[in-house]
Amino acid sequence: MSEVTFQIWRGDRNQGAFQEYKAEVTEGMVVLDVVHKIQAEQANDMAVRWNCKAGKCGSCSAEINGMPKLMCMTRMNTLPVDKPIVIEPMKTFPLIRDLVTDVSWNFEVKKTIKKFKPRKADAPDGTWRVQQADVDRPQEFRKCIECFLCQDVCHVLRDHHMHSEFIGPRFLVYTAALEMNPLDTEDRLKDLKDQHGIGLCNITKCCTKVCPEHITITDNAIIPLKERVVDEFFDPLGGLFKMFR
Amino acid sequence: MAEYKTFEYDVLVIGAGGAGLRAAIEASSAGLKVGLVCKSLLGKAHTVMAEGGMAASMGNVDDRDSWRVHFADTMRGGQYLNNPRMAELHAREAGDRVRELEAWGAVFDRTKDGKILQRNFGGHRYPRLAHVGDRTGLEMIRTLQDHGIHTGMEVHMECTVLDLLTDGGRIAGAFGYGRELGRFMLWKAKAVVMATGGVGRAFKITSNSWEYTGDGQALCYRAGARLMDMEFVQFHPTGMVWPPSVRGILVTEGVRGEGGVLRNKDGKRFMFDDIPDNYKPQTADNEEEGWRYVTGDKNARRPPELLTRDHVARCINREVREGRGSPHGGVFLDIAWIKSKVPNGAEHIKRKLPSMYHQFKQLADLDITETPMEIGPTTHYIMGGVKVDADSQMTDVPGLFAAGECAAGLHGANRLGGNSLSDLVVFGMRAGASAAAYAKANGSVTVNAAQVDAIAAEAVAPLNREGGPRPYDIQFELQDFMQDLVGIVRVEKEMALAIEKLQDMKKRAAGVSAGGNREYNPGWHTAIDLRNLLTVSEAIALSAIDRKESRGAHFRDDYPEKSAEEGTYNHTIKRGADGSMQLSREPLPPMTDEMKQIIEEMKS
Repeated sequence: MSEVTFQIWRGDRNQGAFQEYKAEVTEGMVVLDVVHKIQAEQANDMAVRWNCKAGKCGSCSAEINGMPKLMCMTRMNTLPVDKPIVIEPMKTFPLIRDLVTDVSWNFEVKKTIKKFKPRKADAPDGTWRVQQADVDRPQEFRKCIECFLCQDVCHVLRDHHMHSEFIGPRFLVYTAALEMNPLDTEDRLKDLKDQHGIGLCNITKCCTKVCPEHITITDNAIIPLKERVVDEFFDPLGGLFKMFR
Repeated sequence: MAEYKTFEYDVLVIGAGGAGLRAAIEASSAGLKVGLVCKSLLGKAHTVMAEGGMAASMGNVDDRDSWRVHFADTMRGGQYLNNPRMAELHAREAGDRVRELEAWGAVFDRTKDGKILQRNFGGHRYPRLAHVGDRTGLEMIRTLQDHGIHTGMEVHMECTVLDLLTDGGRIAGAFGYGRELGRFMLWKAKAVVMATGGVGRAFKITSNSWEYTGDGQALCYRAGARLMDMEFVQFHPTGMVWPPSVRGILVTEGVRGEGGVLRNKDGKRFMFDDIPDNYKPQTADNEEEGWRYVTGDKNARRPPELLTRDHVARCINREVREGRGSPHGGVFLDIAWIKSKVPNGAEHIKRKLPSMYHQFKQLADLDITETPMEIGPTTHYIMGGVKVDADSQMTDVPGLFAAGECAAGLHGANRLGGNSLSDLVVFGMRAGASAAAYAKANGSVTVNAAQVDAIAAEAVAPLNREGGPRPYDIQFELQDFMQDLVGIVRVEKEMALAIEKLQDMKKRAAGVSAGGNREYNPGWHTAIDLRNLLTVSEAIALSAIDRKESRGAHFRDDYPEKSAEEGTYNHTIKRGADGSMQLSREPLPPMTDEMKQIIEEMKS
């Protein structure tokens, strides 16, 4: 057991500052445990969003010593305790209070993506026949817990604030899961190009790095989608070919 | 007069897990105006934690399966206190609900011939659980969420309902507040579907998140509905026990479904020593047969690790109590051993149980493909809840429906793993359809302003009060004594003490002080949740003390045997005119001849 110092952001939409707390840390604790301990003992009204405490719901996203992480999956023994541990809210979204941000933009973005539209059923009983190998990739994308850490770290959103032109890595993964679902018949490529800003991603792979589900966002989702968009709209030879088809 | 914003709906759904979302989709699809209120962000409800799968007798892996077998398994698992009509509807309709999820975009694991894969689970005779690795709940909630947002429903996220509103005995909507600004909201509705989940936060060691404070049960109870079978709280046998901060987090039954075995500190597979008589014909009596079963041998019987949850939890408890436990007060769950049986075993384990691998690696520094896990029982689920009509899901209050964990009936004295996800969608859909029909058939409602003012005044009281006890202290104290006195092993004297403590605590909880203001203030939210937690805790304790036998999840050290006489009733609890809890015993609903015949046939 040891006493550790924390700098936690306290404030609302208008103002805020880091406040220092000291807490006893015991074996196995994660950052969220410490935040709860401080909340219960020293700051009853400290706002923090959490649910499952097992890395499955993606509610407790924050920036810990500058890294976007889930507080429930960040063990204290992975952090240096000789200096204060800094915990602050995600910066890409407007602050509500303390560690809680307004992530409602994400829910609005999702509605703009065309929903799943399956092909006609393969069997008379209304079911489909699909091989496991053909669903491995969409299943990887569907592991997403919507913690929005990838959105938080993406410089197009974080630094350039292009929320109205770019849907961000989370929703490129979401689109990829639909596009690569073998049953789906919808075409989302034009939307990706025109409304969803796929061209704005310049594949710095920061999103892949922070994903707590280890989804290879850039390589497996975004780049293949970019390739499909290029094939469809920017391939001169292919374009010529289509004209005469 | 309280200030609030009013929303008007045909159908209001409270809770956005599997049941709430499915109900909202059904009512929206019927062309009605639907509001969905949830305590967290959309898609974060506890459904997301469900791991193993969704039970449906589709027979994709073993074609001997049918709704009749599923029905009989569910009744046997529930020790025949289940509502048989609900068990029948559930078994008949689960398959359609699974296929519907696929049509809405769910991507289930596949069989070799391309169908939806099904896995073994405790208490299910055949491989029956449609699944996606060990994250089936996430797949379900995301599918329903992504489908639902295109049906026109309006979602109110991070809102808490304080009380239901009634209009001359009929439901009229709900009153609550948004967490973000702490502002009051009134949702006026012709019909309400309650789908708020469980009560896990009444106990110290639980797999449930902060949300599960018995809101739906307590709200319906205060509105005049009866609760049923509240003594039946499921302690899942396998929760994490180490390190202390993760104690209670679920370890999926899927680990045992994939061949994981339970051992005590001497390395003995103790589950072979205690197989209940009614399960003997279907349970393996040696390790080799058990392994053949999990690898799909149709002629093998299941290993005793896959007996029902109540039984496995008690066996673990016994090993620990008698000094044969693991270093941190659990027992060992070993999946690593299958490497001796399966080529490329470590990879196989990671593929089948990815989130378990991840969870232990990250939270406990332990590689489950190398080292056995330490596990012990954790409060997981409540079989009891709001009493509903089997077909329509309507409660005693006209226009008020309940579905999913907050409703009672399907699971009887013990729920089988995998029957929860299917419960959510089968009865979520039914509740949504019934609520829609009710809203269409009945005119508009009037809200009683005095009722609203009273609720609002009570809600803000903890913020205006100085010097009272802290809400967190009361909550922790409650969790401690519910765990100790009304937990997995129960005796009369301890439960009587718990009831005494609850009476005292009700008084103290009424005087708590929460600092800060109304904006996103967890201290205030905890203060508000206390009332519901105390209501369900009292209902659990009162029902438990009155059931003088051991059955399913309810185990009495002073009455360790099952009693035929006690097996003839369901408990119900109603709020008396003076506000006190009134407990009654009601005869079990009758079974049809066909049901009796199915149960008889499946006994062997």
